[in-house]
Amino acid sequence: MTALDTAVDMTTALGSVPLVGPVLTASGCSAFGQELEPFVDLTTLGAVVTKSVQLRPRSGRPTPRMAETPSGMLNSIGLQGPGIDGLLAGELPWLAERGVPAFVSIAGTRVEDFAELATRLRGVPGVLGLEVNISCPNVESRGEVFACDPVAASDVVAAVRAAADPAQPIYAKLSPDVTDIVPVARAVTGAGADGLSMINTLLGLVIDPDTMRPVLGGVTGGLSGPAVRPVAVRCVWQVHQALPEVPILGMGGIRSGLDALQFVLAGASAVSVGTAVFSDPSATARVHTELAGALAARGFSSLREAVGYAHR
Amino acid sequence: MSPYLTAPAPRADHPPVQREAEVLAARPVGAYVELTLAAPEVAGRAQPGQFVAFAVGGPMTANLLRRSIAIAGTDGAAGTATVVVAPHGPGSTWLAQRRPGDTVDVVGPLGRPFPLPEPGTTALLVGGGYGAAALVGLAALLRSRGSRVLAVTGAADAARLCSVEELGETADVVAVTTDDGSAGRAGRVTVAVAELIGGSGIAYACGPMPMLRAVADAATAAGVPSYVAVEESMACGIGVCMTCVLPVVGADGLTRFSRSCTEGPVFGGDRVRFADVGSLPWDVVGADAMGVVRP
Repeated sequence: MTALDTAVDMTTALGSVPLVGPVLTASGCSAFGQELEPFVDLTTLGAVVTKSVQLRPRSGRPTPRMAETPSGMLNSIGLQGPGIDGLLAGELPWLAERGVPAFVSIAGTRVEDFAELATRLRGVPGVLGLEVNISCPNVESRGEVFACDPVAASDVVAAVRAAADPAQPIYAKLSPDVTDIVPVARAVTGAGADGLSMINTLLGLVIDPDTMRPVLGGVTGGLSGPAVRPVAVRCVWQVHQALPEVPILGMGGIRSGLDALQFVLAGASAVSVGTAVFSDPSATARVHTELAGALAARGFSSLREAVGYAHR
Repeated sequence: MSPYLTAPAPRADHPPVQREAEVLAARPVGAYVELTLAAPEVAGRAQPGQFVAFAVGGPMTANLLRRSIAIAGTDGAAGTATVVVAPHGPGSTWLAQRRPGDTVDVVGPLGRPFPLPEPGTTALLVGGGYGAAALVGLAALLRSRGSRVLAVTGAADAARLCSVEELGETADVVAVTTDDGSAGRAGRVTVAVAELIGGSGIAYACGPMPMLRAVADAATAAGVPSYVAVEESMACGIGVCMTCVLPVVGADGLTRFSRSCTEGPVFGGDRVRFADVGSLPWDVVGADAMGVVRP
């Protein structure tokens, strides 16, 4: 099975960069792609979206880091990762050697951190572009969730756009935990974002009725999985309606091709499959096949025709 | 020279597969259910210490996370793999209710197997509760390599003992303990471990964390290398979710939050920092970036 064996033209793009298919991994849900190799042909994915990288190696938070919730899960990993030096020396060359495109998620606590990461990633082989993670809920304070404030969010995006390789599109990853997502979307695109990734997890909390204390070591965590899908589709819908020219990478609870279709119809030109990979390691390939079938069944000859169709 | 008696467990020989497997048999064993699966590719690749991860609840399930369970045995010729399911939550209860003819989505074999000692080395195997099941294949493999195998199985009560019969078929000695004295000697496995560790060249353990810690400590104190198979809560089992980490000392002497699924579940017993599980010590690699600094 390849991404190209369907009658429907499934090619799409991230900004100016063409993709063989519209299904990507989701940041934080497929590590750096290596562990999926036994289960999917990584070269048929639109791209591997890496776990967010920071300047320094990070241990992440103490355990417990996970609680299962109805049709979803709460996680509190705390951005464990090798740091940019480790990524450049290990994971990115591994992907490049196999011809697997990487969309690198970057994160930081200061505007300068993001800019430095973008600089370090200029011209790196195989790096299609950058997803700017300004919306991870697992940080020390809500003040660090840049995506909750249009000004803070656009400061980060402007700095990244200025520092990044001009050939690499940058997508700002937005949080649904805001009163109105459209002003944030408008601010970051005005600051130079080539596209938007929606949505990051929602801040949640689970209490163990036996211990009568929060389950997670980090107390709060990010809620993901099909439970959040309607919130994500709503965010994509609202932003596409307000900013129809801005490309959207949609994610949030996609488990099947029909789930992905909802995002496409709402306005996403590509999708990330995240938590579903924990349940089904071959989910990305399956969602691609199912989405192609669903588009064909509805008379679309290309994915592009279906993007935003629900608005028309 | 390394101050550690163990080297980190190497990777398995084969990558995992994802398959729909038919349940061939479901046998109640005390408080547990032993499932035999038609899974020839898993059976053909599995090495003792590895585990499989099940999807639970069927296509309409609201429980999305995989359930990781140690492989209790494989029959390469028959193409079957066996697991012992301990029902305690909705997912494991659903699994324990599978009947012959049902199918389950299984990923495996996963994780790193138990490293093996020089042929002929006397080995002490310690299983707590259903953790004993993970040692059955190891016992047979060690015997085939000329090891004398001393097995200890313990549980809260007789119904929670596991694999005593299977271990008895291969081990030279099987000591049984229960907390309430309903089978074997009354007390913890540590009583039997203390008696047997001195005559052993290597120790293996699978079971609850406090037991693993006690066995590892006893082995290390006796100068005996030990390997423990941990049971951490895992969302995926394949190494992508980062939820199942433990503070483990690597080959370079540095402590990292290591994934129990892909860097474990088998760790050197003297490399797991049991006392620090659930906390973030300052000397874990990357703790400084979390704002945790040397006191």
